[in-house]
Amino acid sequence: MTETKKEEITKYIVISSDKVLPSDAAMKIYESEFPVTVKETCFGLIVSGAKDDVKTVVEKIRQLDKNHIFVKDRGFPPGDERRCRASRGGGPRPGFHFLREEVEMLPAIGAALDELEAKECVTEKHKTKCRLKTSALEKVIEQELAR
Amino acid sequence: MSFLAKIFIYPINSLILADLVERFGHKPLTMMSQIREKVTSLSLDSPPINITPEDPKIGLKYAAIEVPAGVRGRMALIGPLIEQTEAAIIVENPPTDFGCVGCNRTNELTKYLVRSKGVPVLEVKYPESDEEARDFVNKIVEFLESLPKEKPEEDEKAKEKESAEKEDKE
Repeated sequence: MTETKKEEITKYIVISSDKVLPSDAAMKIYESEFPVTVKETCFGLIVSGAKDDVKTVVEKIRQLDKNHIFVKDRGFPPGDERRCRASRGGGPRPGFHFLREEVEMLPAIGAALDELEAKECVTEKHKTKCRLKTSALEKVIEQELAR
Repeated sequence: MSFLAKIFIYPINSLILADLVERFGHKPLTMMSQIREKVTSLSLDSPPINITPEDPKIGLKYAAIEVPAGVRGRMALIGPLIEQTEAAIIVENPPTDFGCVGCNRTNELTKYLVRSKGVPVLEVKYPESDEEARDFVNKIVEFLESLPKEKPEEDEKAKEKESAEKEDKE
């Protein structure tokens, strides 16, 4: 009856979006029916569970607004007594200060990613225009002549 | 999901850097993964005290015995990451260094070891405005895209393994 325990991981989903709220993302995870633990926080979510499940869920949530939802690993599971402020007498938990500083920077990083994506789209369009195949040109000419 | 390269990031617990590295298909080497191993390992005798007698020994590989115990303890976690490093992103002037990355001597030693390892290193400043953020992201993306996209050694090893397995079957 020895069952090998799957590797459990925890990830932070930090939401800095105008379109998606932490509660929306949490509802999306509940709807997906993956066996993961979700904790809603002021900055986003903490998702914990089997490695593959968490990765799939996180990727789904990221796609809601991919340039404004950020993800990082977390060492401690949610509610761990060594970190949870409920058992430490209140106050921010260790590690929150740096996260808070970075969260303030996220709108600018998200905007930069948006800009980068827009630029890539423009260059891709230019490339397709430059690489006009002769067969495609022939079709255009034929269509014009057929009028 | 196969990652292209293992990227060491400094600050080692940075959300922005870890996300950007993962977003562009590489694997960030972070403190969080090391901590996870420590706090979820069943082999620990007393979980709240999550340092084992083996850890100071690992730390001694990177810092001498005269160095404060805190530096050696931190290096026991960061050192193995530096050994796996294939490229690194170092951000100067991070706004705060709290918690596990709050020791400046460890940070100095970490950056020194990474720079002296001879791997490609990108050094950028922490952004304070929108324009700086744009440059920051562009530089990191450019760096990540410039890294080698195939691992010839690993491919060769995989091929060798396959050929060895075929020979065994025959």
